[in-house]
Amino acid sequence: MYPSGKYSSRGPALIPRMKTKHRIYYITLFSVVLLGLIATGMFQFWPHSIESTADWTLDKRSVHDAPLVRLPVSSPIPERGDLSCRMHTCFDVYRCGYNPKNRIKVYIYPLQRFVDDLGVPISSTGLSREYNDLLSAISDSDFYTDDVTRACLFIPSIDVLNQNSLRIRETAQALAMLPRWDKGMNHLLFNMLPGGPPDYNTALDVPRDRALLAGGGFSTWTYRQGYDVSIPVYSPLSADVELPERQPGPRRYFILSSQTAIHREYRAELERLKEENGEALLLLDKCSNLSQGAASARKRCYKGQVYDYPQILQESSFCVVLRGARLGQAALSDVLQAGCVPVILADSYILPFSEVLDWKRASVVIPEEKLSEMYTILKSIPHRQVEEMQRQARWFWEAYFSSMKAIGLTTLQIINDRIYPYAARTYEQWNNPPVVKWSSVNSPLFLPLIPPRAPGFTAVVLTYDRVESLFRVITEISKVPSLAKLLVVWNNQNKSPPEESLWPKIGVPLKVVRTKENKLSNRFFPYDEIETEAVLAIDDDIIMLTSDELQFGYEVWREFPDRLVGYPGRLHLWDHEMGKWKYESEWTNEVSMVLTGAAFYHKYFNYLYTYKMPGDIKNWVDAHMNCEDIAMNFLVANITGKAPIKVTPRKKFKCPECTAIDGLSLDQTHMVERSECINKFASVFGTMPLKVVEHRADPVLYKDDFPEKLKSFPNIGSL
Amino acid sequence: MQARKKYVLLGLCACCWLVLFYWGGGVQLRLLRLLTRQRGEVVRPWPNWTDRAFLPRYAHLDELQTDPGTAESPRQRRQAWSAIYKDSRCRMETCFDFSRCRRRGREGFRVYIYPSEKNDHVSESYRKILTSIAESRYYTSDPREACLFVLGIDTLDRDQLSGQFVPNVDERIRGYPLWNDGRNHLIFNLYSGTWPNYTEDLGFNIGQAILAKASLNTEHFRPGFDVSIPLFSKDHPQKGGERGWLVRNTIPPRRKYLLMFKGKRYLTGIGSDTRNALHHIHNGKDIVSLTTCRHGKDWEKHKDARCDHDNLEYERFDYQELLHNSTFCLVPRGRRLGSFRFLESLQAACIPVLLSNGWELPFSDVIQWNQAVIEGDERLLLQVPSTVRAVGNERVLALRQRTQMLWEAYFSSVDKIVLTTLEIIKDRVFSHISRNKYMWNSLPGGLLVLPEYSTHLAHFPFYYLGLGISPGQEFTAVIHAVSPLVSQSQPIMKLLQVVSKSKYCSQPGPDNIRLYIARFTVVFLSQTTSRFLPHVAIETEAVLSLDEDTVLLTSEVNFAFLVWRSFPERIVGYPPRSHFWDPLKRAWGYTSKWTNDYSIILTGAAFYHRYYHYLFSHYLPQSLRTLVDRTSNCEDILMNFLVSAVTHLPPIKVAQRKQYKELPSPQGTKSVPWANPEHFNQRQECVNTFANWFGYMPLVHSQFRLDPVLFKDQVSVLRKKYKDLERA
Repeated sequence: MYPSGKYSSRGPALIPRMKTKHRIYYITLFSVVLLGLIATGMFQFWPHSIESTADWTLDKRSVHDAPLVRLPVSSPIPERGDLSCRMHTCFDVYRCGYNPKNRIKVYIYPLQRFVDDLGVPISSTGLSREYNDLLSAISDSDFYTDDVTRACLFIPSIDVLNQNSLRIRETAQALAMLPRWDKGMNHLLFNMLPGGPPDYNTALDVPRDRALLAGGGFSTWTYRQGYDVSIPVYSPLSADVELPERQPGPRRYFILSSQTAIHREYRAELERLKEENGEALLLLDKCSNLSQGAASARKRCYKGQVYDYPQILQESSFCVVLRGARLGQAALSDVLQAGCVPVILADSYILPFSEVLDWKRASVVIPEEKLSEMYTILKSIPHRQVEEMQRQARWFWEAYFSSMKAIGLTTLQIINDRIYPYAARTYEQWNNPPVVKWSSVNSPLFLPLIPPRAPGFTAVVLTYDRVESLFRVITEISKVPSLAKLLVVWNNQNKSPPEESLWPKIGVPLKVVRTKENKLSNRFFPYDEIETEAVLAIDDDIIMLTSDELQFGYEVWREFPDRLVGYPGRLHLWDHEMGKWKYESEWTNEVSMVLTGAAFYHKYFNYLYTYKMPGDIKNWVDAHMNCEDIAMNFLVANITGKAPIKVTPRKKFKCPECTAIDGLSLDQTHMVERSECINKFASVFGTMPLKVVEHRADPVLYKDDFPEKLKSFPNIGSL
Repeated sequence: MQARKKYVLLGLCACCWLVLFYWGGGVQLRLLRLLTRQRGEVVRPWPNWTDRAFLPRYAHLDELQTDPGTAESPRQRRQAWSAIYKDSRCRMETCFDFSRCRRRGREGFRVYIYPSEKNDHVSESYRKILTSIAESRYYTSDPREACLFVLGIDTLDRDQLSGQFVPNVDERIRGYPLWNDGRNHLIFNLYSGTWPNYTEDLGFNIGQAILAKASLNTEHFRPGFDVSIPLFSKDHPQKGGERGWLVRNTIPPRRKYLLMFKGKRYLTGIGSDTRNALHHIHNGKDIVSLTTCRHGKDWEKHKDARCDHDNLEYERFDYQELLHNSTFCLVPRGRRLGSFRFLESLQAACIPVLLSNGWELPFSDVIQWNQAVIEGDERLLLQVPSTVRAVGNERVLALRQRTQMLWEAYFSSVDKIVLTTLEIIKDRVFSHISRNKYMWNSLPGGLLVLPEYSTHLAHFPFYYLGLGISPGQEFTAVIHAVSPLVSQSQPIMKLLQVVSKSKYCSQPGPDNIRLYIARFTVVFLSQTTSRFLPHVAIETEAVLSLDEDTVLLTSEVNFAFLVWRSFPERIVGYPPRSHFWDPLKRAWGYTSKWTNDYSIILTGAAFYHRYYHYLFSHYLPQSLRTLVDRTSNCEDILMNFLVSAVTHLPPIKVAQRKQYKELPSPQGTKSVPWANPEHFNQRQECVNTFANWFGYMPLVHSQFRLDPVLFKDQVSVLRKKYKDLERA
């Protein structure tokens, strides 16, 4: 519609003066204009294009175009912050409401330029680059809403990051002028440099009623736990200087002090440490002979030797971050960026985001009093732990310190977690660097439980039409003492299961479930009929397993309720020639999978298989009618990080009638297909979760020289 | 003419429109927005300012780096602080004397209990608390070496109307020469204030003492200083304690009722806002919220229209039954913020839904409660049903298991509650040797993780999976030798050869090994428990503990080590033993007979993590270790108790060629202690003594043995990796 507009504007000049024609031209012109207008309107009204529209219309605006607001001298001043404020007293939760996405909505006030009665602005800097970055990041995020009536949290566009540039009284008046201020309820202020001379308060001095404060440099006396958020002091250096991540490990210096304005008492203490421990310590200070300006911020000196800052931080294992007049130091951010473990000496300081971050894993906090013992304390930390701390420090910087965006969104996420605590992010989500998140497992069945024997297990038999074999299986399994229920999954849609009277009479309930489609995944569906935790998946042709063998399998499963417990084991191998995984069914000394032709497992894995199987594995298995057992092995190993348990010597399922099936198993194409499965699944999971072990479980007295009669499981079967 | 005018007009219109279009975007936008949405104020996302690159920095680099600094000396400032930040503003750095905790140049955390006076009445609960401290490894009877002081006066119940109330506390504590305005004192309290306000005032001036109190309000809580403890009843067990009620993880993890509450309804007074509204969410189907007015002496005076009907309904359900059969349990505030039902539902694996605004949750310093409970808001009571309905199955499963983990780690006994309190304070005092949040919040819980051993997660046997790492590839053999080395044909020499042949054994060469024996023999001659000393020479995670006369094959060792790597937190070894309950003697029995199950693996030949050496020497009380040393017996049973108490799981037996110690000793001259009936009786007694100290029987039975995959199978010997194991 842009060009159409242009065209229509030029239109009139091109029209000849002919009365008969000009009506037509007139109409054409009019319709073009009209169309243009409609098109513009459409574009404007179109819900998806609102932002882009705003972009090109508002792009042309400068900060100086923001409306000017004059503050009357007598305009009200908010009360000083109330130290007893907590979420349940000073925060209006009703504004946030119940929300299926469990996400708070944040509104940002439009920019205004506040001036006092005489026209002097309330702040010497106005909107700073950092605060602008912060607000843009929030407005681009999921939290943002432009509908003030639906907002849960309000962020004023008045920049209070640095108290030094503010006129306290006027700023407070400006806050109170905000249309939705309402005693500061649900308002969030961001401040990084609080306090001013001489006493440097640890929280913003601007009176702010009940507003929440995201502050850098809180002390335990000003921080309202569970209400305020402690944020880092952003270091603009991190945007200017790129420090590539360094591998954790020992570095040239052990301790580095790079701050320039350290109190002489502390500097004396550090000098003493340096004398005692020599080269391990590096004490840097401001360079005296350099020209002033930005350069001096990027240089540090020791006895005339010049070092680049912050690059030098990467040369040390530990970096001292001492408090100054303020508790929060921008140096902390530089230190973390360099992957140097911060040694924080700032009594009563509330570390940034300490509500969710576990600083003990990324830093060393030493009471100021113990500065003289710093070296001994740090030396006592094991090397491997120092490496982990270095990695952790760098990760904290990347995730939570590196930009105003990171700082702002982390703050909002913390507040979000308080309002929807039942959907809060976990410790692992906050603290584990991606590499750990990727390799670690948090098993959903993490509690060490050995479930009681009494509930027994449910046998799930998948069958198609081999009724005779099925009936034999049912009769055999029914002899197992702990069998609680038998569930037959009838996978044949063309044929009805036999009449009830024809089924074998057994001592436990027998249920038949008819499926809608002949799919392999039906065997792993979490049927409501399965009321026990333990499930025995069994094929309709497995009749060689003895009752003792099955009962023993169940007993072993009780001790490993989070694993697959099965009979014949299989192995995956890396084929060096082909450069891919290979399926191995030879009788080897190792096991990484068990066949689910007969295997015990927790019903929870049925649920996972059906609803949480990654990628298209489930459909792939159904389409190929193969590898459902491999998929199950992958799933369980991936989520628990543990190997399956093979029980008893059983190596294969063989039965007189089904030699053909066994023949198929040995068939070369079958093996190739299963190898392909492993490769396919490994790529979907993004890793090879299977674990190889060299053990199997046998009854305690298996093959021991002991009377068979006295053994619990004498008939454990053979290969 | 007409036409021209029209053209001009049209042209003008177009121009205006264009002008509006180009420069008046904002106005136009506002106009359009105004048309589309009637309500709302000026709406627009944060603009991309044209001059954003020219905006000033919030602070100059110089300003950030060159801290203004103050003339005030930090030392003076710290001194000034302790004068300013007192009483309700106490923090560790201002109200706690750290120097008391490092007397004689050694850091030590010792707790002293004031002797109680004769006519003092001490309540059951407080007696249990004092017993726990007195029996803990931190107790000292010498006030001069104490870091923390605990009053002998019962301060648990500070409700003036209560029979347990102790008057004149103020005067008495002022008389104590060590009181020192409460510095380094720890005061326990369960109830404070009384009808009608239930204030948090204890009725005496606690000064700078640390408060370990139930029902603490966040407003009065001094962060990093006080400790919030749970409210527990006088019947709460001293030790051990009941296990949680969750025995299995049913799928789907839902119980008969979704949410339940059964309790008093307050018609008036503090806490009545919430309690009086609870009946609104009752639906008689999956949400059962029952309230009764029948409590207190004059309930009928305040009774309202609902009371009679409610009381009837109330009687229909049994509280215990509801606890067992409900997925979520409402835990609203009572008169005070905490209530008994918090621990009750935690134990019952009924996920607590808290409605207690401002309650500082128990041990909130270290426990991540949002992983175990649903923190509701009293103001949003009516949202609770939809909130709990929206909690997915996976989360219910996790929350429920987490309740059990926390219950068993920190709450199931008075011992655990008191020890957790002490450990939290100790972690603050020695902050650089303290547990991180991960240690506190993952199995087996903070009490069993001793930071003095290490603060590095990878040094413990519990966190391998959570960190995504695997245990080390090497082990250290520790041989317990008592007989002097006289000849090269002694079994120990053979054993050394066998073990050092293992490719996983971390000792580099035979020369080194000889050196090791020399050292170890000397150390181990003295005491039986010293075999489990956390010796510095043990650098690997795995320890292979051996007796000098153990007969093993290298392949047996290799196989067992591989099994241990799969189960690094358990004991993996060869000779099994078992315990059983003897109903006739009403005591635990011990048997060395061949049975179909086992619960103990003898440490004469077993792999385990070296951390258990440290736990054995530092966690277990001196009394048990003395018993072991005195009798020169039972150290293996004690180790099994310890490991099973930590893991809640049985040890693992692996395949072995010959039965351990079944063969007569080659020398034949030395008396074999285990043939001695006295020896056996001692072991019976040990089992009972240990169970008594733990407060329960931690040993668990197992019915399987782990063998090599092809063990004794009828396949070619050439296929088998561990063929030596099968030779007769």
